[in-house]
Amino acid sequence: MFAFFLSSGLFLGWSLGANDASNVFGTAVGSKMIRFKTAAICCSIFIILGSVLSGAGASHTLGKLGSVNAIAGAFIVAFAAALSVYLMTRMRFPVSTSQAIVGAIIGWNIFSGSVTDTNSLTKIVITWVACPALAAVFAIILYKIVVFVILHFNIYMFRQDLLTRWGLLLVGAFGSYSLGANNIANVMGVFIQVSPFTDISIFGVFNLSSAQQLFFIGGVAIAVGVLTYSRRVMETVGEGIMQLSPVAAFAVVSAHSLVLFLFASQGLERFLTSHGLPAIPLAIVGAVIGIGLLKGGRGIRWRTLGGITSGWVITPIIAGVFSLLSLFFLQNVFHQNTYQPMTYKLTPAAIARIKEAGISTQYLVGLADKDFDTAVQFNKELDKRVKIDSTQHNFILSSTEIDQLKITQAAIDKVNTDWISPEQLNALKKLKGRSFEHKWQLVQALGGETPAWQFSPNDRYHNDELNNRLANLYSIFRQ
Amino acid sequence: MEFSILKRRLDIGKQIDDFLDRVSESGLLFKHGVSDFLKGNQSAFSEKIKHIVDVEHQGDALRRSLEEQLYIQTLIPESRGDVLELLEAMDALLDRFKGALYRFDIEQPEIPLQFHEGFEELINCVVEAVESMVQSSRAFFKNISGVADHMHKVSYWETESDKVSTRLQRAIFNKDDLHLSQKLQLRDFVMHVDKIADRAEDVSDKLSIYVIKRSL
Repeated sequence: MFAFFLSSGLFLGWSLGANDASNVFGTAVGSKMIRFKTAAICCSIFIILGSVLSGAGASHTLGKLGSVNAIAGAFIVAFAAALSVYLMTRMRFPVSTSQAIVGAIIGWNIFSGSVTDTNSLTKIVITWVACPALAAVFAIILYKIVVFVILHFNIYMFRQDLLTRWGLLLVGAFGSYSLGANNIANVMGVFIQVSPFTDISIFGVFNLSSAQQLFFIGGVAIAVGVLTYSRRVMETVGEGIMQLSPVAAFAVVSAHSLVLFLFASQGLERFLTSHGLPAIPLAIVGAVIGIGLLKGGRGIRWRTLGGITSGWVITPIIAGVFSLLSLFFLQNVFHQNTYQPMTYKLTPAAIARIKEAGISTQYLVGLADKDFDTAVQFNKELDKRVKIDSTQHNFILSSTEIDQLKITQAAIDKVNTDWISPEQLNALKKLKGRSFEHKWQLVQALGGETPAWQFSPNDRYHNDELNNRLANLYSIFRQ
Repeated sequence: MEFSILKRRLDIGKQIDDFLDRVSESGLLFKHGVSDFLKGNQSAFSEKIKHIVDVEHQGDALRRSLEEQLYIQTLIPESRGDVLELLEAMDALLDRFKGALYRFDIEQPEIPLQFHEGFEELINCVVEAVESMVQSSRAFFKNISGVADHMHKVSYWETESDKVSTRLQRAIFNKDDLHLSQKLQLRDFVMHVDKIADRAEDVSDKLSIYVIKRSL
């Protein structure tokens, strides 16, 4: 069964490789500076390295699919995303795999009656504009700098050729590494909890955790995608939008890497996300356009560009629709459980928490102790009674979500000790035998035992990591 | 590995320099060869012919080796075609010098003394035009913004050579004591030499396009 569920993760990995490798090596191959074979091999090696060495970090382990709370659901979400990316790859359009995943998750949300965070939707739309625009600006600046250097130092034609080639290869390798590190959790993250692998020690020198083994398989799937099917999209990026000179290709790839790096680095991410810019690799197309505009805009093939941009809009929609349809099919025809039903109930504990947060509970009185089968139902009732802003809304929703969690010894044994510190594990052990009705109660109890389980108001990175570990705990202790 | 690749590329740079040296040398040999011919110094003239044939062989070998390396190592993909065309055009100039010198040897034209100065002037213009072209080509590889500094000289020498050639032809046909056949032969020689400058200008026109294509 594990192998069957894993297959959709591998399919997602394969289509990610077939599509996203174009971001890293498309322009290098398009400008004929690096042969497709060389690019594909270099890209594959660094993707696998990135997946295994950097992907298994605690902060990423669950990925976006982590919010999908049943393995059959995760299977469909991954499959729907993979299929939509594959279709776009067939049409030779570069798309964002993570947007396909978000689209598929929205499909799952609709099916399971979960609430979709409207912020993530607006973010997708904003990135269609913001990410390429930023990359375009970077590409122009970088190109100007490189040109200045070449002219200033009178670099000999063949030396310039050599330097550009090595530059492209280096930036490409770096880009492949981060591609693997950033995306492997989306491909394989959900399967960690059901993985049958055990840790392997190679001659006592290397230690491969079960997650790393899983990520290695995922990395190989991505690499196979690169080797077998990435050529088409690479050609679109490298030649389809406009013909790039090698120096321009170098500026484009560097701009792309720089934008991704900026988005990925924690300090800047806080600044950028506070302005509503998440990290999604649509940068490469923007960077190519930037160079095109710098050259007067005549070389740009607007038809291809139109196709690509409409592909960005279509991809999440196809993924969403397909995921919705397949979930319906799987649930009703094969009777597979595609989601854990989440019930919502205004328990006395929840009321106390809401009051404490300074939200008036007067209008909630009529809702107390009633069971609601989905978040959507609860939301409807809430909306009938009062108009509140979305933060308060989300707070009430998370306070009333019912999750029967029981801390048993058997479950504690399942916790991966690589991911949590000894201090955190101790706190968990102290709670043995206790049960919780709400997730936040477990969080409070853990936070009461040690500061290591407490959220910090300023450290987003720490909070993200904590949330991922907690999500893992919920799935282990859920009854 | 990187070191050896770097070395190989520098070798290519050196080979291109060598090749352009051959083109430049062929111009000088042509100039001195014709001068020897006009002076009636047959042995020195034959030596120049032998020398220019050698130079032409070396040029051909270098050009072939360069073309092969550019393709096998897929170097400068964006300008490879242009560089090959440039090398071939420069090689054609070298061939023309050799061909013209051979023509003097085969036909042994009788050139009246009063035209000697005109011929030498014409040959000087042509050789200067080609020399400027060689310098433009070198700049194309080494310092692309410097190409313009040499390229305008090619046009200048080509125009000069046209002027000299017209003047010379007019003088030839105005000379009454020559047979028409001799006049026609001399005119052919003048035109044949003048053509070399025209070809140099054609190459320079092409080069200016290559420069635009490579401009950053």
